[in-house]
Amino acid sequence: MSITIEQRRQHRLMTIEKSLAKRHRKETRFRRVGLAAVTTGMALVIILFASILARGVPAFWQSTVYTDVYFDPEVIQLDEKPRREDGETQLAFDERYGAWLTQASLINWQSLIDNAMEDALGVDVESRQLRDLRALLASGERFALRDQFIEKPSLLGQTVEVKLLASANVDVWIKGNIDRSLPDARQQLSPQTREWADRLSDEGIIENAFSTSLFLNTDSRSSPASAGLAGAFMGSLFMMMVVILLSVPIGVASAVYLEEFAPQNRLTDLIEININNLAAVPSIVFGLLGASIFIGYFGLPLSAPVVGGLVLTLMTLPTIIITTRASLRSIPPSIRQAALGIGASKVQTVFHHVLPLALPGILTGSILGIAQALGETAPLLLIGMNAFVANVPGTPLEQSTALPVQIYLWQGNELRNFFEARTSAAIIVLLGLMLSLNALAIWLRKKFETRW
Amino acid sequence: MSNIALIATLLVIMALAYHLGLTRSRAVAAENDVRMHSRPGYYGVLVALWCGLPALVLFLLWSFLAPQLIEMLVTHQLPHELVASMSGRELETTLRRISVLAEGRGVAGGGSAQELAAANHMARLHTYENLSLVALMAVLVVAGLTYAKRHISPQWRARNQVERVITFALAACSAVAIFTTVGIVLSMLGEALKFFSFISPAEFFLGTTWNPRFNTAGSSAQGEFGLLPLLWGTMMVSAIALLVAIPIGLMTAIYMAEYAPRWLRNIAKPVIEVLAGIPTIVYGFFALIVIGPFLSSVGDVIGINIRTTSALTAGLVMGIMIIPFVSSLSDDIITQVPKSLRDGALGLGATKSETIRQVVLPAALPGIVGAFLLAASRAIGETMIVVLAAGNNPVLHGNPFEAVSTITVTIVNQLTGDMDFASPQSLVAFALGLTLFVITLGLNVIALVVVRKYRQQYE
Repeated sequence: MSITIEQRRQHRLMTIEKSLAKRHRKETRFRRVGLAAVTTGMALVIILFASILARGVPAFWQSTVYTDVYFDPEVIQLDEKPRREDGETQLAFDERYGAWLTQASLINWQSLIDNAMEDALGVDVESRQLRDLRALLASGERFALRDQFIEKPSLLGQTVEVKLLASANVDVWIKGNIDRSLPDARQQLSPQTREWADRLSDEGIIENAFSTSLFLNTDSRSSPASAGLAGAFMGSLFMMMVVILLSVPIGVASAVYLEEFAPQNRLTDLIEININNLAAVPSIVFGLLGASIFIGYFGLPLSAPVVGGLVLTLMTLPTIIITTRASLRSIPPSIRQAALGIGASKVQTVFHHVLPLALPGILTGSILGIAQALGETAPLLLIGMNAFVANVPGTPLEQSTALPVQIYLWQGNELRNFFEARTSAAIIVLLGLMLSLNALAIWLRKKFETRW
Repeated sequence: MSNIALIATLLVIMALAYHLGLTRSRAVAAENDVRMHSRPGYYGVLVALWCGLPALVLFLLWSFLAPQLIEMLVTHQLPHELVASMSGRELETTLRRISVLAEGRGVAGGGSAQELAAANHMARLHTYENLSLVALMAVLVVAGLTYAKRHISPQWRARNQVERVITFALAACSAVAIFTTVGIVLSMLGEALKFFSFISPAEFFLGTTWNPRFNTAGSSAQGEFGLLPLLWGTMMVSAIALLVAIPIGLMTAIYMAEYAPRWLRNIAKPVIEVLAGIPTIVYGFFALIVIGPFLSSVGDVIGINIRTTSALTAGLVMGIMIIPFVSSLSDDIITQVPKSLRDGALGLGATKSETIRQVVLPAALPGIVGAFLLAASRAIGETMIVVLAAGNNPVLHGNPFEAVSTITVTIVNQLTGDMDFASPQSLVAFALGLTLFVITLGLNVIALVVVRKYRQQYE
């Protein structure tokens, strides 16, 4: 009898032991799945950044031709650069200067470049091969040469080394971003141009130089190699100015009201529910709002940074209100009570004591909100900011585009081989700006963090 | 006087008024040898407010109403039979031409005699309007200043009045949120109703074909505007996104909250949160150049035809985007489960994973469901990823390897380019936007209610 009891006990222990081993195995498995999830998340971040960097970083350097150009007086037949005379009105001078500029634009700058390239290659190109020759350089470079001359007319008759951008296709060819073994019919460049490009590259006339055009030029349709981000950058800057000027004061004010002054009633509840919902409304809905109210009803201009700024302001307001309220809430009530206790009014308490203490948190929240606005694309498409704009906007009312929208436009360009890298470079610029804003926010939080 | 100069002058006058109030209150205090009710600065601010605020309000009202009034007067002055013969749009164009002429610029075709007469009239009205505005503002400034200055006395409760104005201004700021919502609802309802005057709601909500035809105004050929293919595409992409984001996000949250050593948490948490800060256009581009080709070549290997831009590509990348969203929300909710529950389960001999699966997760379930709903609403409203990576193919089909189109993509497609608020081709964007707004709003409200209920349970 006692044996069977002992046996039962043994049996039970065995079962428990067995199940324990199984349970522990399950435990380990669960843990591994968790670790795998974390690793996947981190790996995805790394893959995303690595693939963007790998494509984008090379685009900061661009095939550039260094060659001697002879500013031939026979070609450049131009009056002397006008100078403002005493007693001449600004208007009259502008007119004279404009006429001179027109004259300068009519000069055949392309022929100077053609001659320079012929010299560099050491060949004499017949007129039917001119196409192949011109395919080497970005088509906008004749204007660059003109601007250089306008700046310094004393170049006339001299031979100067200038820096000219190679065309987008040459850049792609030299960097090996296109399969070199493709048959002629599928290559973007003619065999002659490809041969010349290789020769110039071997001789060091075409070099891979840092691309200033990416930062200094605006978007360009005719000359993709010189397309740059300057216009989009200014557009984004103007929009961010509008956002900062409007959404930070309004957001902080409404957060202060809701957190410190608002009575508990229906209206306050309504406002709170509203803010929570607005924070989760898809951004494109704000674009629809902008299109119908700001543009359709108020008649504000299409594609203007001011409208974009207004739309983004409405979009970031909830974020700023919510973070500001959280940071106001983290100020301990004892501080308010102390101020009220020595006779400060409610407004004085808030503005002299609570707000200054909450300032780091408010700043952090505002910066994060602005960073979010900087990267937003969808609502801007609906208010016409995807229009092609060839000038850097001078005021927030002029037509403009924005950095993320420029990325959208470039990724759709037909010249895939070239613009894939160019787009990635633009993304690096955008991410760089956003990450530095985020880093600033984190730094502020760390520096001023107070534990109560 | 230009508006900017007017406002600048007003601000300068207000600054002077502040100074006046400040010195005046000090003088009053010295004269009567009493303590004033408030500190001198408040008297200064109050005088400045009395002097500037009424004029400012007048200015705002004026610049809102005056142009309409002038337009009305000018229209009135035009010959009646001319106005009667024009349609609303023609009248609008005429008025625009007149106002350009009134500014002294030329218009195409030079402008008829009637237009020139009207322009003259308008220019004259403008001058009157401007002069009377300046005069009225000056009157208000002087009146306010005299009133406030005369009232400076030890009994005048300046601080309380200033504070009332401040509180009112703060409340006005928080009303912006309400105006935004009202603006969204009204604008979308208005335009959507216009759309429904072309296409019946039944046709829109139950239609299975999406083929809006060309976006030309006044074309008699009407396309088919069926919502269902778009809704289906949206659901498919969002479902794939949630299938990616929920397991990874939830497991990440559990691991971070329960297992991860401190050093790992300190690294992994910010790294994964970087995903939340990346603009969606970047995800779209990533989908287009990395994930799409990758999936397509994987499909070649295993013998399935996967398009580069497909529901799968867009959904996968969208899933990556909402991982941090799911994980940080779930993390908050899991850490809110009281420690006593955990300790109880562990004390009974449960392993850690058993505690999590059988005690913590069921206790946190409502909150986690709320988090999933919020994630779903975000996925449904996401635009740029699907614009770039979903392929824009508004056809009802169940194949995730094929291209689809979504509500958001179609909004972008229909509203970019020519903006013409009269054709159903553009107006449909607002009907779609309204649908999207209602869906996401519904999900958010349910999620908030669920999460709030859950919070109360453990507070």
